[in-house]
Amino acid sequence: MTATATATATEPTRFEDDLDSDFSADFSAGATGANRRGGGWRRVARTVGTGILVLWGAATVTFIAVNAMPGNPAIAMAGGAGSHPSKALVAAVTAQYGFDKPLVIQYLMYLLQLVQGHLGFSSSQKMQVVDVIAQSIWPTLLLTGSALVLAWVIAIASSLLTVRRRRAVSSLGSGLEVLSAALPQYWLGIVLLEVFAFSLGWIPATGGTGVVGLILPALTLAIPLAGFMSQVTRDEFDAALEQPFVVSARARGMSDGGVRVRHALRHAILPGLTLSGWAIGSLISGAVIVETLFSRNGLGGALLGAVTQQDMPLTVGVTLIVALTYVIANIVVDAFYVIADPRLRSRS
Amino acid sequence: MTAIDSHTSLSGVSSRAASTTRLLGRLRIGPILSVVFLLFLVVAVVDPSILTHYQPLAVDPAHSLEAPSVAHWFGTDQSGRDIFARVVYGASASLSIGVIATALGMAVAVILGVIGGLGGRFVDGVISRVLEILFAFPALLLALLFVTIFGASVTSLIISVGLGSAPGYARMVRGQVIAVKNAPYVEASYVLGHSRARILRQTILPNAMRPLLVLGTLGIGQSIVWASSLSFLGLGAAPPAPEWGAMLAAGRDFISSAWWGEFFPGAMIVLVTLATTSLGRYLARRLEGRGSEA
Repeated sequence: MTATATATATEPTRFEDDLDSDFSADFSAGATGANRRGGGWRRVARTVGTGILVLWGAATVTFIAVNAMPGNPAIAMAGGAGSHPSKALVAAVTAQYGFDKPLVIQYLMYLLQLVQGHLGFSSSQKMQVVDVIAQSIWPTLLLTGSALVLAWVIAIASSLLTVRRRRAVSSLGSGLEVLSAALPQYWLGIVLLEVFAFSLGWIPATGGTGVVGLILPALTLAIPLAGFMSQVTRDEFDAALEQPFVVSARARGMSDGGVRVRHALRHAILPGLTLSGWAIGSLISGAVIVETLFSRNGLGGALLGAVTQQDMPLTVGVTLIVALTYVIANIVVDAFYVIADPRLRSRS
Repeated sequence: MTAIDSHTSLSGVSSRAASTTRLLGRLRIGPILSVVFLLFLVVAVVDPSILTHYQPLAVDPAHSLEAPSVAHWFGTDQSGRDIFARVVYGASASLSIGVIATALGMAVAVILGVIGGLGGRFVDGVISRVLEILFAFPALLLALLFVTIFGASVTSLIISVGLGSAPGYARMVRGQVIAVKNAPYVEASYVLGHSRARILRQTILPNAMRPLLVLGTLGIGQSIVWASSLSFLGLGAAPPAPEWGAMLAAGRDFISSAWWGEFFPGAMIVLVTLATTSLGRYLARRLEGRGSEA
């Protein structure tokens, strides 16, 4: 969850009892395969349905937000009072969104505008919201995507190398996980900048768009997430290594490392997968901070600019895009789930 | 502590007991250090002048941006103010933001969770969907939306962080209430003829709330991190105030020349989070142990 922002160590267990939830599927189910309703692909279909509901809800929440703003919403959508929109523009926006009509009609017209992709004009960026998003979404997706991959690599490596090893190694692994999950991104980013950019001078502080410039921001996002994901993978890995199939694989003469990679890993990544869907949202939150810290272009920076200048259309636009990303990520995660866990296929 | 060790090794399934003992052995030092650190914070909140003779707002331009030294343990900021003093004096503001925001989030969560857990299929369905929708908003985003509407201030900081964390807690409360309401002792209470209100107050709530104690401990650290993240972005407490997040915001302009202005307030936040996490996990294990024994 939440989390963001980084999340607490028990974030995953928070939902353990919630068997009805679509998105935060039961984390404990990986090892047992029990308490999961319906077949795998039906689960995907349900996620799509819930996703549409979530998008509608997000649009509604932002509609309420626009209306809760002090001042005339038509002026806000036309670029805000600060940009002194002309009377003609305000009148045009009023007609387009129906701000002179009853609230219910306004709401329906607002939804209609959204479905058609009309998100309004951004006063802080002086262009259409759609164009701002089109421009800034790729750097952010690149950043969050590489952070997610990096987090997975770290989490899996940590589980493979430290679960059920010598006590000192295990403690070191789990201690580091707790520590990294507790690191706020802005602070970790500052420490990384200080060490690798200013003191050692290995990496330029603002590396631009290249791969080198991506290293520190991606690490800043990935390390807390990895700490948090590997705590979940660790528990699951630990439980998987106690299963009878591990003993039988060892009895067949498979090496300990082989059992870990070929058998236990598949079980251990399931809860982490579910977490990944959630993580996309938290990574985008983190991107707001990291993009500010490393002066990178992206959705986060655009959003922060919009918030500080009370640029409502852009705030709404970015919010909806984030909700959409979250929904798509969860659908992808559910599909991965079916691929990773064959038990889900046979039951459908 | 030894009492707990012997207790776990005596009880039932050997592998589980062994792993519990191992965990306790490993983290025994953690809770102790956490308590020591939290005591230090309590002193900082109650009477900060015990810990430092510097004043948090005393400007000394001759000693601006000085690196940490014997005189200034954590260095000085751009106006020559002692950062250690500011960190110590800032504890009460930062901790209250965390505690109040967590309490607010929990209160909203308990209301939503109990209504969802005890309400009929329809009510529960509506609440579950609402929570799911709120969940699609990363907490920071919800907070940003809130700050856009109501402007940046400590109050909107607290409310936005509290509301942002509520959906997560609410799911947990709902699950707990559903688990508890079907327990035999609740049924027994019905049979005894207790009123619904009494069952809710005396039987369901106390049992459903227990895990919230752990979550609350963990949540305080998290709330402080979120609040400070917003402050870091310039959306919280205004800079001259000795508050950790505001110090982070002020120090941002000097990152390349004076790392200590950002490092120490941030380190305090990391330590608070670690302390509450370690304590929360310890509490969780204690409660879990008691549950399995019963």
